[in-house]
Amino acid sequence: MSSAAATTPPGTAWTLVFIAWLVAAAATLGALFFGEVMQLPICAMCWYQRIFMFPLALLLPLGLFPFDRRMPRYGLALAIPGALLAVFHQLIVAGVIPESLKPCSQGVPCSQTVAAWFGFLTIPLLSLAAFSSIVALLLAAHARSRT
Amino acid sequence: MKQKTLFGLAVACLLGAFILAVLIHNVEPDADAGALSPELQAALQRPHAPSLGPADAPVTIVEFLDPACETCAAFYPIVKQILAGEPQRLRLVLRYAPFHKGSDQVVAALEAARRQDRFWPALEALLATQRIWVHNHAAQPDRIWPVLERAGVDLARLRTDMAAPEIARVIEQDLLDIQTLQVRKTPEFFVNGKPLPSFGEEPLRELVAETLRHARR
Repeated sequence: MSSAAATTPPGTAWTLVFIAWLVAAAATLGALFFGEVMQLPICAMCWYQRIFMFPLALLLPLGLFPFDRRMPRYGLALAIPGALLAVFHQLIVAGVIPESLKPCSQGVPCSQTVAAWFGFLTIPLLSLAAFSSIVALLLAAHARSRT
Repeated sequence: MKQKTLFGLAVACLLGAFILAVLIHNVEPDADAGALSPELQAALQRPHAPSLGPADAPVTIVEFLDPACETCAAFYPIVKQILAGEPQRLRLVLRYAPFHKGSDQVVAALEAARRQDRFWPALEALLATQRIWVHNHAAQPDRIWPVLERAGVDLARLRTDMAAPEIARVIEQDLLDIQTLQVRKTPEFFVNGKPLPSFGEEPLRELVAETLRHARR
């Protein structure tokens, strides 16, 4: 029975990883759209967050077909550092992190807001939302696929 | 399997949405295509900016330039060639965009050289020798002295002039105008207040030629 359980996809965990992938894929395409199509300037912090987001969009499907119970673990290895970077970026935008610590060139400061929708929705905030929801989804999937 | 169908559908939807967004974005009229608003025009040209060509020329090219920027150096001969094509009707105004590290020092040196009437020789010498004094996209101001000396600049005078508050104010003003005009890359060109539709040598030549055609003869 245990071998059968490993091959049959556990419904809920699979769905959670799938939704996490949806978020990662949408975030990846969104970042490409902002940068390559809308030609918004890309600051250094955005590049670091891209480093952790783009692989998620490519790797998570590998854990879906066939379903790999360990996939949430692998995904979290990328999603957690990405989420931490997104938090760090928010602190730079909010001015909590002093100027001298900014890891950015003078050309495109990371504290500068290049786009805002509805008055509050900025690109760094979108990144934070994407990373934290991926972390939450993968943690939930991890908890469910352990038993 | 059902899950595979779901996944395939999701991939198709995401890619479809992306392609649709690209198409819609490309159809929308580009806001950059028109001339700048009057208040932005004021930020484009300041009386302190160095310029080449007749003051009453019908067509003015404003270039935002970083002396440490490789593309600016590569574009410089092109700009000179464009100016040489219509010397009586074209004017070049240079604004500083010292984005590279250490570049503000080089700009200060250029402004100091300007007080000795050696601005253009100094600029041309610096652009031609960029490899010597720019490393890893950072300007090394201590390496520009021999270059400037060969361009006929009196170094002792230059060093005292570089600290002048007026020069610091020029750089400050240019950086402020960069923010106002949202200049983020160098070189950035404006021809009679109009930005380039897209970056490149051909778009610049075309925009200059077109503006010359429309300008009074």
